[in-house]
Amino acid sequence: MKRATASARKPKPLPGGSEWTFESIDRYHTEIARVAKSYGLDTYPVQVEIITAEQMMDAYASVGMPVNYHHWSFGKHFLATEKGYRRGQMGLAYEIVINSNPCIAYLMEENTLTMQGLVIAHAAYGHNSFFKGNYLFRTWTNADAIIDYLVFARHYITHCEERYGEEEVELLLDSCHALMNLGVDRYKRPPKLSLAKEKLRQEEREAYLQAQVNDLWRTLPAHDARTETRPERQRFPAEPEENLLYFIEKNAPLLEPWQREVVRIVRKVAQYFFPQRQTQVMNEGWATFWHYTLLNTLYDEGLLTDSFMLEFLQSHTNVVAQPPYNSRWYNGINPYALGFAMWRDIRRICEAPDDEDRQWFPDIAGSDWRETFDFAMRNFKDESFIAQYLSPKVMRDFRMFAILDDDREDKLKVSAIHDDAGFHRVRQMLSEQYNLGNREPNIQVWSVDLRGDRSLTLRHQRHQRRPLGESTDEVMKHIARLWGFTVRLESVDESGRRELMHEARVEKRRNSAEN
Amino acid sequence: MVRIIDRRFDSKHKSTVNRQRFMRRFKQQIRKAVSEAIHGRSIRDLDNGEEVSIPARDLSEPTLHQGRGGIWEQVFSGNDQFSSGDLINRPLGGGGGSGKGKASNEGEHEDEFVFQLSREEFLDLFFEDLELPRMIRTQLARVTDYKTQRAGFTSDGVPANINIVRSMRGALGRRLALGSPYNARLRELQRELDSELARCGDDSEEVRRLRDEIGRLRAKIDRIPFIDSFDLRYNNRIKVPRPTTQAVMFCVMDVSGSMDEERKSTAKRFFMLLHLFLTRTYEHIEVVFIRHHTVAKETDEDEFFHSRESGGTVVSSALVLMRDIIRERYANGQWNIYGAQASDGDNWDNDSPICRKLLDSEILPWCQYFAYIEITSGEPQNLWREYEKLDGAHANFAMQHIESPADIYPVFRELFKKTIA
Repeated sequence: MKRATASARKPKPLPGGSEWTFESIDRYHTEIARVAKSYGLDTYPVQVEIITAEQMMDAYASVGMPVNYHHWSFGKHFLATEKGYRRGQMGLAYEIVINSNPCIAYLMEENTLTMQGLVIAHAAYGHNSFFKGNYLFRTWTNADAIIDYLVFARHYITHCEERYGEEEVELLLDSCHALMNLGVDRYKRPPKLSLAKEKLRQEEREAYLQAQVNDLWRTLPAHDARTETRPERQRFPAEPEENLLYFIEKNAPLLEPWQREVVRIVRKVAQYFFPQRQTQVMNEGWATFWHYTLLNTLYDEGLLTDSFMLEFLQSHTNVVAQPPYNSRWYNGINPYALGFAMWRDIRRICEAPDDEDRQWFPDIAGSDWRETFDFAMRNFKDESFIAQYLSPKVMRDFRMFAILDDDREDKLKVSAIHDDAGFHRVRQMLSEQYNLGNREPNIQVWSVDLRGDRSLTLRHQRHQRRPLGESTDEVMKHIARLWGFTVRLESVDESGRRELMHEARVEKRRNSAEN
Repeated sequence: MVRIIDRRFDSKHKSTVNRQRFMRRFKQQIRKAVSEAIHGRSIRDLDNGEEVSIPARDLSEPTLHQGRGGIWEQVFSGNDQFSSGDLINRPLGGGGGSGKGKASNEGEHEDEFVFQLSREEFLDLFFEDLELPRMIRTQLARVTDYKTQRAGFTSDGVPANINIVRSMRGALGRRLALGSPYNARLRELQRELDSELARCGDDSEEVRRLRDEIGRLRAKIDRIPFIDSFDLRYNNRIKVPRPTTQAVMFCVMDVSGSMDEERKSTAKRFFMLLHLFLTRTYEHIEVVFIRHHTVAKETDEDEFFHSRESGGTVVSSALVLMRDIIRERYANGQWNIYGAQASDGDNWDNDSPICRKLLDSEILPWCQYFAYIEITSGEPQNLWREYEKLDGAHANFAMQHIESPADIYPVFRELFKKTIA
C-alpha cells in the first residue's frame, strides 16, 4: 500500500465506520465492480442478499443452498453449527456464494461494513468470476438452472413424503446420501437441467425407466434353465460402472419409479458439488487474491480509510494463516493460504521473475499476468494447478515436507523436503493429495448375477494398499437396501488378487422371485 | 445494476423442519440424555434448555472412504527439523502424524455430538418422559381466589352501590324530556298572554283564560317527579378470578441416618417435579427447605441435599417449623402453599400421631396441596400408617410409596390423579 499516492489525489473516500446501510453497501459494490472490471474479471450479474445469522446457519446446514429438500442430516449440521456459533468457538463462514446466474452472495447482517466490503469483493467478484470461467464449472454445472432444479427437487420429495410417508423417504435418502460421493460422473457431461423440462420429462422418464428395468428382469425365468448350457455368459453391465447411484437408478430391480427419481435427485445434487470439491485451493485462493487486490487498489485510489484497511487486513491475515504441522491448530494445509500464496506467486513470476522462475516456468516468466491468470483459472483443477504452478518459492515459504507412512514399516520416513532434491517430489505428492481419484476409493459396479440370485458385485481397486474405512459395512447395508438383493464388495490389490471383503445379504423374496 | 435484497424478514426457521426430523430420529438418545441431565440440576432449574450430548457414532452418516493402513504420503507445512530420509517414530495413539490430516478430511467424528435443546423441546421431552396427562397441569393451575372489579353501571342493585351522578343525570334528562311539550305550550301561552295584556289591559276574558291555562300547565310540570325509580343507576362490580401469582413450596425431608444418598436423590427428583409444575402456574415461587432429624432446621438448597446427619427422627419437629414459618411469613392470604414431604417413614413411635394431628388441624387447612412420599423398600412404617388416616379426609392430601427412583414418575402421576378425582 502506498500512502503517498492516496494522499496526493484526495477523492472522496467511501463511508467509514462499522455500521452498514443499504446505500453504503451499494456504493462499495459500485466501486468494487468498477475495479474488478478494470482488471478484466468476467462475472455473472451479482445479487446481494442480506440475511441473519440464523439464516446463514440454515444455508450452511443445507450445503450452502438457499433451497433444499428436508432431511435430518441437515438438521444435524444446523445444530452443530449453531452450537459452535453460540459459544463463539467458531465465526460463521462470513460468506456463502452460490454458483448460479445471477450469482447470489449472502451478507450477514451482523457483519461490519468492512466485512461486507470484503465479502462483496471475495464472493461476488472472486468466486463469481471463477464459477463463470473455470472449465469444471462450465462443464458440470448449469448456473442458470440450479435453483430451479432444487425447487423441483424439494417439491418432488415433499410430494413423495405425503404419498409414501416421511419414514420411507428418509430411509431412501439415507441410503442415497451414503453413496453420494460415488454418485458422480467423472467423464461424461450431464445433460442440462431446467425446471420446466424436468417437470415435463419426469413422468415420461418414470414410465420409460420402469419399462426398461422390467424388460431386463422379465426375461429371466424363461432363460434360467438354459443358462448352464450356454458357452459364454452375457456380462451385465457390459462395462464396469463407476457411478453407483446412476447404476442403481437405472437398474435396481425393485425400486419404485418415485424411488428412482429420488436417487436421481441426490445424484444430480452430488454432481453439482463435484467441481467444488476439485477446485478448493484454486477457487478459495482466487477469491482471496481478488479481494486482497481489489481492496488494495481502492485504498491506493484513496477511497478506503485506514481503519477500514486495518480491520480488513486483520481478517484477511486470519484467513490465510498457515499453522505449522506441530501446532495444535494444524489441520492440514489451509487451502486459502496455499491458493492465495500460489496466485500471488504466479503474479510475481509474471512481473518480476528471477533465474529460478525462468528455469522452472519458462513459459510464464515475464508474461502478462492477467492473461496467465485467466488461462490458469479457466483450464485447471487443484491437482493439475498444483502440478503446473507450485513454485519452489512457495514450497520454501511454507516449509513443506512430505512424509511417507507405510504400515509395513516401523517408522515414518521423510521422503522429501523443500530443497532442490525434493521440490519435484513434494509438488507431485501435494498434487496427488488433491486428486479426488486418489482421495476417494475406486469402487465400481462389476457385475450382476442376472441368472442366479440377482446379487450385485462391486469391485474396489485398492490404491497403495489402502483399505476401506470402518463405516463400509454400514454403507453396504444401504446399497443392499437400494438394490434389493445381496450385494458383495470385492477388493483387488495391485497384483490383481481378488478377495471378498464385505457382503450384505438380503433374504430372497420368495413371492417375487418365483412368480 | 446490483440487486440488494433484504431477506432478513422472510422465512425464518427454515431449518426447523430439519431440526425436528433430527430430533425425531434420535429421540431415544435425546430422551436418555434429558433424564440424565435432570440429575445434575438444581430443583429450580428445570426451566432452561439443556445441552444434550449423544454419542456421535449413533448419528454418523456412513460413506465409502479409505481407512487407515496401506501407504500414505502426505505433505505438511512448517518443517523445522527434518531433512530428506529422516526416520521418525509414529506418533502415539496412531492418530496424529500422517493419518491426521486425512482423517479430518474424511469426516471422522469426535466422540460426542453436543447440541442445545430449547426450553420447549426440553420440557416436552421431560413431560413425555413422565407420561403425565396434560390435564394435571391445568389442574394445578386452578385457583380459587377472586377479586371484584368495576364493570360499568347497572339499573339494578343494592342502595349502597347507587351512583348518584349517573342517577341524577338520568333524572334530569327524563324531566327535560317529559316536560318539554308542556314547556313549549307554556311559552306559547305566555307570548299570547303578553300580547293580550298589551292590547286590552289586565282584565279581559281572554287574559283570565290564558292565566288559568298557564297555571294548569305549571302544575302539570311540577307533577313530573324529580327522581324516579328507573332513574337509579348502580355501580356494577363483577367478580373475576384472580390468578395468584405467588406460591411457596415447602420441601420437608428426613435427613436422619437412615436416609441414604439414593433416597435423597429420589426425593430431589420428586421436589424438582413439583417445582416444575408450580412454575407452570405461578410467576413467583419461593422454596423453603426444611430438613430434620430429631430437630428441624431451615436450610438452603445445597445444604438440604448434601450434608449428612445421623441419629433418630422426630418428624413433628419439621411440621412444627413449617407451621411456624407459614404463620410468620405466608399467612396473609396471598400465597399458595404447597408442601412436599419425603421420608423413609421411620419415625419415633409416639411422634407419628402428633404429626397427623399437626397436619390435620394446622397445616392442611392452609395448603393447596400436600404430598407425602415414603421412600422405602420395606413395609410401610408407622408414619405411613398414621398418615393413612388423613388420606381421604382431606382432598388436598396425597401420599405415595416409592421403592426406587424408577418408581418416581408413575407415583407422581398417582399423586396428581388423586386431586383430579
